[in-house]
Amino acid sequence: MSTNVAEAAEAVESHLHPTPSWSVDDHPTPTGLEEIWRFTPLHRMKALLGGEPTGDRLAWEQSIPEGVSVSTIDEDAARGLAVEAPVDRVSSLAAANATGGAVLVDIPANAEITEPVSLTLTGQGGTVFGHTLVQVGANARATIVIRHEGSAAYAGKMDIRVGDGAAINFVSVQDWADDAVHGGQTSFLVGRDAEVRTVTVSLGGDVVRLAETARFAGPGGSLEQFGLYFVDAGQHIEHRLFVDHNTPKTKSNVDYRGALQGENAHSVWVGDVLIRKAAEGIETYEANKNLVLTDGCQADSVPNLEIQTGEIVGAGHSSTTGRFDDEQLFYLTSRGIDPVEAKRLVVHGFFTDIIRRVGVPELEEKLTQDIEAELAATVGKGDA
Amino acid sequence: MSLVINDLHVDVETESGPKQILKGVNLTIDQGEVHAIMGPNGSGKSTLAYSLAGHPKYTITSGTVTLDGVELQDLTVDERARAGLFLAMQYPVEVPGVSVANFLRSAKTALTGEAPKVRTWVKDVNAALSNLQLDSSFAQRSLNEGFSGGEKKRNEIAQLELLNPKYAVLDETDSGLDIDALRIVADGVNRYMDQRDRGVVLITHYTRILRYIKPDQVHVFVDGRIVADGGPELGEQLEVEGYDRFVSAAKADA
Repeated sequence: MSTNVAEAAEAVESHLHPTPSWSVDDHPTPTGLEEIWRFTPLHRMKALLGGEPTGDRLAWEQSIPEGVSVSTIDEDAARGLAVEAPVDRVSSLAAANATGGAVLVDIPANAEITEPVSLTLTGQGGTVFGHTLVQVGANARATIVIRHEGSAAYAGKMDIRVGDGAAINFVSVQDWADDAVHGGQTSFLVGRDAEVRTVTVSLGGDVVRLAETARFAGPGGSLEQFGLYFVDAGQHIEHRLFVDHNTPKTKSNVDYRGALQGENAHSVWVGDVLIRKAAEGIETYEANKNLVLTDGCQADSVPNLEIQTGEIVGAGHSSTTGRFDDEQLFYLTSRGIDPVEAKRLVVHGFFTDIIRRVGVPELEEKLTQDIEAELAATVGKGDA
Repeated sequence: MSLVINDLHVDVETESGPKQILKGVNLTIDQGEVHAIMGPNGSGKSTLAYSLAGHPKYTITSGTVTLDGVELQDLTVDERARAGLFLAMQYPVEVPGVSVANFLRSAKTALTGEAPKVRTWVKDVNAALSNLQLDSSFAQRSLNEGFSGGEKKRNEIAQLELLNPKYAVLDETDSGLDIDALRIVADGVNRYMDQRDRGVVLITHYTRILRYIKPDQVHVFVDGRIVADGGPELGEQLEVEGYDRFVSAAKADA
């Protein structure tokens, strides 16, 4: 790398990651030509790009184990606790217009929370802006599950700050009704020696577009991000990941898998990893796999690595998009299994590795059933 | 009762169009018999195995395959298996995320038409694995994923014993096995044959396995057809002389 290029690389945070800002005006209404918006059907997200607060809310249902508290805070306090400022217009509006302020979930230091912290946010129509923060104290352990259901246009910003030595499992499920639109940003700060595992599941909704960003507060942190999406006819599901290796000896592993079926099913996965000069001794891998079940689908998959130091343990990525593997189907059917059942086995197998990361048995069971229901539409119903 | 292959012609799909590989194969395997099919690389042995099982890459252009009176050539892959045919593959396929236990259960259910009884089934699976000296933990592993070459072959024979088809085609099950694994695999095939009403087509390049599995007949396969038949002594002759004589003769004929 020549000196000029190195200097230029230091000057920008990342060419795929826009400069964060709390000011809505810093995020002009996109035209669709911008790098970060070029895959998105903007006309279907209009409600989230407009700007006026609405007063609409999602219905909250929560199961909060003892030791965990939930409170409402004002936007100034929320900015102080946030991991980073909004990276796009939808997220900046989510924070600026959050109805009734932001919600803070606080898991105190050293807490060992065995039951999941569970929030179910249900759309009741309208356009909703929301900002949710999760603060996990040092050395705490917890599983957090956030489910999105119902019908709404929802712009959501989420900030999850994980303290030093803490270990969390953060599961977010987008199981919206067919007409819902969901955009926003989820940002993780991984503390020194903390272990953060995230599972993002996107099944329902007309448009789901989530930016998931992560950075580290110190060395030794480990981040694992898993994703599962099932895109039906006409659906647009977009996950944009950005992992900022800003400290030494940190680890990240990203594994997102999706299945697509039906006319104009569209998935987008953009995975960007920035390895800064300071990030010596880090290790990172990103993978995206798409299984295309029918004609007429489109899977866009864009892995990126921006490397500013070579003094690392390893960095890599892979992306595959394909149909059923004929050899797998031959093997299974050669044992008497009918082709429909064979395809079901292959798809369940494809997602098994993601589902088992959820860590909440009832939810794992539910997700397996959800995939079964999705598959019934195209692959056919099995005997089981 | 028998597996009858009658004047079988098979094309394989290639980039430049279909290419004929099998040029009229005739073979009858009666219940209780092991037939070894031996031939040099590229003679079409594996094509025979795949086309019997119905692999989509191969097309039967003429001829018939009849299993205990049921014609197989127009059936789908799974229908052939349910008719009683089993193929132990040379290169078993990895299926990530599908556990051996789940796969075997689906296969058994498909073959018998009802789900196996939970209590006895787990025992049966463990016994089948243990017979092939595979640890019971294999049941929970993804099918063939991360298995060594030898473990894959042993898993094929564990399936043979557990699914217990009427006829089995073993496609170079012996290749790549060390002597211990070869014995383990041969013991499994011999246990299967001890039932006396089963049949095996043993496809192999080497005579080594014939020391452990005694064939009733040996057939020499060259250029898409059987060019010589005999008893076990033909295997011994091949051990000494190799295939050259048969390959030259086939070329002279062509």
